[in-house]
Amino acid sequence: MPTMNMLQAINNALDIAMAEDERVLCFGEDVGGFGGVFRATSHLQERYGKTRCFNTPLVEQGIIGFANGLAAQGSVPVAEIQFADYIFPAFDQIVNETAKFRYRSGDLFNVGGLTIRAPYGGGISGGHYHSQSPEAYFAHTPGLKIVVPRNPYEAKGLLLAAIREPDPVLFFEPKRLYRASTGEVPEEDYQLPLGEAEVTKEGTDVTLVGWGAQMEVIDKAVELAEKEGISCEVIDLRTILPWDEDTVAESVLKTGRLVVTHEAPRTGGFAGEIAAAIQDRCFLYLESPIMRVTGLDTPFPLTLEKEYLPDHLKVFEAVRASVNY
Amino acid sequence: MSTTRDIHVPEFLAGDEFSIPTYRVLNQEGTLYEGAEEPPLERELARRIYQAMITTRVLDERMMAAQRQGRLSFYMQCTGEEAAVIGASAALDDADMIMAQYREQGALVYRGFTIDEFMNQLFGNELDYGKGRQMPIHYGSRKLHYMTISSPLATQIPQATGYAYGQKLAGDGLCTTVFFGEGAASEGDFHAALNMAAVHEVPVIFFCRNNGYAISTPAIEQFAADGVAPRAFGYRMHVIRVDGNDILAVYRATQEARRIAVEHNKPVLIEAMTYRLAAHSSSDDPSGYRSRKEEEAWREKDPILRMKRWMIDKGWWDEEEEKTLQEQLRREVLETLKQAEKRPPPPLDSLVTDVYAEVTPGLQHQLDALKAHIRRYPDAYPKGARSLDPEVSRTDDANDKGES
Repeated sequence: MPTMNMLQAINNALDIAMAEDERVLCFGEDVGGFGGVFRATSHLQERYGKTRCFNTPLVEQGIIGFANGLAAQGSVPVAEIQFADYIFPAFDQIVNETAKFRYRSGDLFNVGGLTIRAPYGGGISGGHYHSQSPEAYFAHTPGLKIVVPRNPYEAKGLLLAAIREPDPVLFFEPKRLYRASTGEVPEEDYQLPLGEAEVTKEGTDVTLVGWGAQMEVIDKAVELAEKEGISCEVIDLRTILPWDEDTVAESVLKTGRLVVTHEAPRTGGFAGEIAAAIQDRCFLYLESPIMRVTGLDTPFPLTLEKEYLPDHLKVFEAVRASVNY
Repeated sequence: MSTTRDIHVPEFLAGDEFSIPTYRVLNQEGTLYEGAEEPPLERELARRIYQAMITTRVLDERMMAAQRQGRLSFYMQCTGEEAAVIGASAALDDADMIMAQYREQGALVYRGFTIDEFMNQLFGNELDYGKGRQMPIHYGSRKLHYMTISSPLATQIPQATGYAYGQKLAGDGLCTTVFFGEGAASEGDFHAALNMAAVHEVPVIFFCRNNGYAISTPAIEQFAADGVAPRAFGYRMHVIRVDGNDILAVYRATQEARRIAVEHNKPVLIEAMTYRLAAHSSSDDPSGYRSRKEEEAWREKDPILRMKRWMIDKGWWDEEEEKTLQEQLRREVLETLKQAEKRPPPPLDSLVTDVYAEVTPGLQHQLDALKAHIRRYPDAYPKGARSLDPEVSRTDDANDKGES
């Protein structure tokens, strides 16, 4: 099985999807001949031509508006927003149009073919506008699916599923891991299910939930915790919307403790939703308050990035606090 | 790519160099302007267009009255703009996609949307294709290639560019026409759409209804330039301005635009100069921002009257026929309205379907909880209660359903 980094896995998924179905189109800023600023669309224009893989003018609301129309027509657009930080000009198209297309038309029309890819997250000295994690803004929008992979294997399987999903999907790629995360990735076509969390490690004392790049942070924190004899169960949520409440609840019913962590700011972050739902379902089983380890309620800073981020030490401390409560 | 000449002293261009004329064929007396050429328009097609215009007018007047009686929550008229919308639709292939803003019900009438179909949407009943989810006038029809309307202005414009790009790749010889008002053209989505359409050579017709007002805002407060048409130059796009109350000019210009779009994969901008004769919507009273005198002046330029004179002159229509049609339409609208308003609402389950292709477990859970709640308080939720257990429902279903 070949070893790939996350970019190669994503590129490979796009290649498979385009080869299989000529209705699949990849476009966005610098996506064409250049292959994307991160190279996720390398060689796709060479292989599939300029009509199927192309640059767009620099206009995010246009990219997504165009993609909505294409998807409504029956094509399968995979639109790229260069950084998740720049998805906001398209917020109206995504929230008012993409998400409501099927519902408002009574299923006469839909944009189910649409996938929007965007690199997200910090840890790369990206400052305010190359670091954000906007998943919670979209999690408040019925009609969207939101997926975040944690490694190359997951990225390929989840992206192929997202492209073939009959609902529009926002696919946030942890750019810090684009080249840093490598692993074995099957060359053939495979899919991983959307809407299903994955228990990546079983344990009995405390449940840790995260997604994307934060899974690596959790793993490091768990190493520290296990050295102290704390048995951790780790869950990668994988799909933020609609999220897999059952898997998390089942785990917390067993461990009695929950720590949720994400890079995005705390207030209004998706950890709040998880905490509220789990206290509702597991109230009598909880042995300590649900802990949230998140970014601060500030814009994403440059120089003090390390201080801002919910790193493994902060997660580890939360695990200890939870267990010792 | 443009080739530019060099200058060596600073000369600024003010934009006045671009003066866009208005294409007119038919004058208000129903005869041709001197030098104007009548487009090839067969008798039967002309009658179909004219009848669609009358139908739209009657429907609008009746439904606005119904809104005033409190039978309908909301309404918007197409009045004064029937020639622009229907003339353009008639020049298209019936399989071309139409993406509208909200004042284009005439296009649907032209394509054969029935009075019953209009009513079901307006009343959001169980037969509404949109399942009662959107406000009145947010029509959609897949079989008539009319994209479901949404309220956010201009969002459909870049979508039309994308839709037409897909049509170009499919190679089916079809195009997309997108309607929008001059107010919506101030949105960023307008710019995005035109630029992308020009860059990617897309068979799309951008049809702007410049009716002078965006709710209360007059065009002079909407843009400083000479209307919307000059913007096409900045995108290197074909453009024409037409008299929007002149059915022959609109028809001919759109026909030509469609040829350019489909044969050459080039987008075209059409700016139809017209006037919004009615209020913006049932929630608006234009007397607060414009004069009766101005309205009267435009009433004399009524596009339906202009076409009628031309039709009568050709011997294709007469007053008797018109009287009969109007009476028949008024009756049909009223009768259909009565039936539609009595039809049951969509079933409660339709609250959670179509959010996604499949109902998610979380949504199913919310629906189940809602049903339990409604069973407890059926009187508080009469529309929802009637689709639950029959013994819970208080309403007399048999009686109501009898007329549907």
